[in-house]
Amino acid sequence: MSELAMDTQIDRSAMKVSDEVAIEIRNMNKWYGQFHVLRDINLTVNRGERIVIAGPSGSGKSTLIRCINRLEEHQAGQIIVDGTELTSDLKNIDKIRSEVGMCFQHFNLFPHLTILENCTLAPIWVRKVPKKEAEETAMHFLEKVKIPDQALKYPGQLSGGQQQRVAIARSLCMKPRIMLFDEPTSALDPEMIKEVLDTMIELAQEGMTMLCVTHEMGFARQVANRVIFMDQGQIVEQNEPEEFFNNPRSERTKLFLSQILGH
Amino acid sequence: MSDTHAETVSYVRETMLPQQEPPASTVGPVGWAKTNLFSGWFNTVLSVLSGIFILWLAYRLLPWIISPTWQATSLNECREIIGALNKPHGGACWGVISERWKQLMFGFYPPEHYWRPVLSLILLLVALGPLLFRHLVPAKVIYFSMLYPFIAAWLLWGGTIWNPIVAILGFVIIALSLKFLTSVLNPALALIIGVLLAVIWWVALAGPVAGGLSAVLPIGIEAIASRQFGGFMLSITIGVTAILCSLPIGILLALGRQSDLLLVKAMCVGFIEFIRGVPLITLLFVASVLLNIFLPPGTNFDIILRVIIMVTLFASAYMAEVVRGGLAALPKGQYEGADSLGLDYWQSQRLIIMPQALKISIPGIVSTFIGVFKDTTLVSIISMFDPIGLSNAIRADTAWNGVYWELFIFIGLVFFIFCFSMSRYSMYLERRLQTGHR
Repeated sequence: MSELAMDTQIDRSAMKVSDEVAIEIRNMNKWYGQFHVLRDINLTVNRGERIVIAGPSGSGKSTLIRCINRLEEHQAGQIIVDGTELTSDLKNIDKIRSEVGMCFQHFNLFPHLTILENCTLAPIWVRKVPKKEAEETAMHFLEKVKIPDQALKYPGQLSGGQQQRVAIARSLCMKPRIMLFDEPTSALDPEMIKEVLDTMIELAQEGMTMLCVTHEMGFARQVANRVIFMDQGQIVEQNEPEEFFNNPRSERTKLFLSQILGH
Repeated sequence: MSDTHAETVSYVRETMLPQQEPPASTVGPVGWAKTNLFSGWFNTVLSVLSGIFILWLAYRLLPWIISPTWQATSLNECREIIGALNKPHGGACWGVISERWKQLMFGFYPPEHYWRPVLSLILLLVALGPLLFRHLVPAKVIYFSMLYPFIAAWLLWGGTIWNPIVAILGFVIIALSLKFLTSVLNPALALIIGVLLAVIWWVALAGPVAGGLSAVLPIGIEAIASRQFGGFMLSITIGVTAILCSLPIGILLALGRQSDLLLVKAMCVGFIEFIRGVPLITLLFVASVLLNIFLPPGTNFDIILRVIIMVTLFASAYMAEVVRGGLAALPKGQYEGADSLGLDYWQSQRLIIMPQALKISIPGIVSTFIGVFKDTTLVSIISMFDPIGLSNAIRADTAWNGVYWELFIFIGLVFFIFCFSMSRYSMYLERRLQTGHR
């Protein structure tokens, strides 16, 4: 599974974790009808942390990070993002969403807008940034993800890897303080996974607080400072990557790791 | 292939093949005919039979259509001309068209005022410019488009210039209350208050104010009553208004139907299902007969306005379902993408969801438009003189008693021109909005 570039030099010393709390989740529970998807989740994320959430499908890992920007609603417990508690108050939700960037498995770019328009839309309408300034910022981030020459094309004309990098640039244009990644490489051809992971590594090196749901264990090993393993809607184990991969403590984690690393 | 080492198992191509012309029989007119008309014996037989049928149709119809009766002033005169020509299958009597085409266009509108509907039609094309051809027409024309409904209503019905001005003032009241009340109240409440104030203005104050102003400064053109409207002018007035109003109302109904608010949803579903379950004719009868019973005595609620409201409501219900189809076709990820960026509900609807949903529903929307435009002929049932109603009126004249085909062909042709242009425009729009395969 480690398609990750081992050649990329990763400077872990640059990735500092501060004491400041970015996200705090306390006794959070969520149900889909009768089904208890997330059970008593407690998680504190400090600013600058890179957290990889792993687990079998249906374990609730996507649901967990989608609760953080309230694409899913939790029914019990508290989620506090950047000091603001997520409640049904629409103003708070929109505020948190504009501070928290998100990348999806299927990119969710807007197919009727050009790449540049995809990137400038939210800054112009949500942040009220003048169009020219928004375009400059957008070009800056498109250069960062290495596709400034595609700015005037439409998403449908780009490859999957390029689309995902545009999606990352689109989130970055809002200057978010936290980035959520929901299986960003799962829908990509193997050849394109590396380009997206490289972009994410670069982001990590700049000190972005990141929560990634991913099956890229090579990425977890190199970039994450904490790996969380979930099963049946619960956090089963969390540890530093070295410990997590070399000395998994729970039986469930051992089984999972043997299945995904075993070939 | 001598440049490859085909004799060994391992194979390396050393020179790439250049691009070559396709065979001559697959391109040009010959190639076209071969693929489209004569591919296989069955298609060849079909092509030949259809060709023969078309020729036969033209052979029988053309002599009837080409008939020198344009100057005739009555059906009898036509018959004399055709009889003198000794045609085997008779001929058309076009005299009725050349004598009555103005009436078919304008109904009983006074001829000396024909310039007013003509001018409104020309201005309509200008006003539609920024809506239909956004990249060709300067964006500022949209301000004219916003004023156009008032200008057109004034041109068509005439009367004092103060009427449209006080009507516009109502909208100014809404805009002002939105501007000043939103800072202290929530926007929805501000809108409701604004609309209430405007309605009070229109119902109670606008009439007397316009009357007073026209007494002081009598500027205006001759007023023309609604019952003098007729012909295609009437169809276009009803059709265009209903078309333009039904799209926004339909969008709101479609969104309401998807709403999480139970009451809003129930009201939208109820409205849509009720309107779709009732024939348009019934609604038109309600407009023409029943409404008068319910309204307080003495109120003068214009018949054309009543019909327009009914046709608009009818079209909106269908439009709502067409738009809902487009909304349903959008992947959930588009909503989530918009949400995750912090766009609020109306922003994501306006910037992300609607542009895509409406694009998907263009064929359905235009079908509904075309349907509405043709349905305006139903007003002949409630004795309004749309083209069909007029054709009955023309036949009531002894000179033209018995003329059917010529009138209906002419009316059909004009309707076809309008509907076909709408259909072509929709295809153009679909092509222009194409942004690569998804």
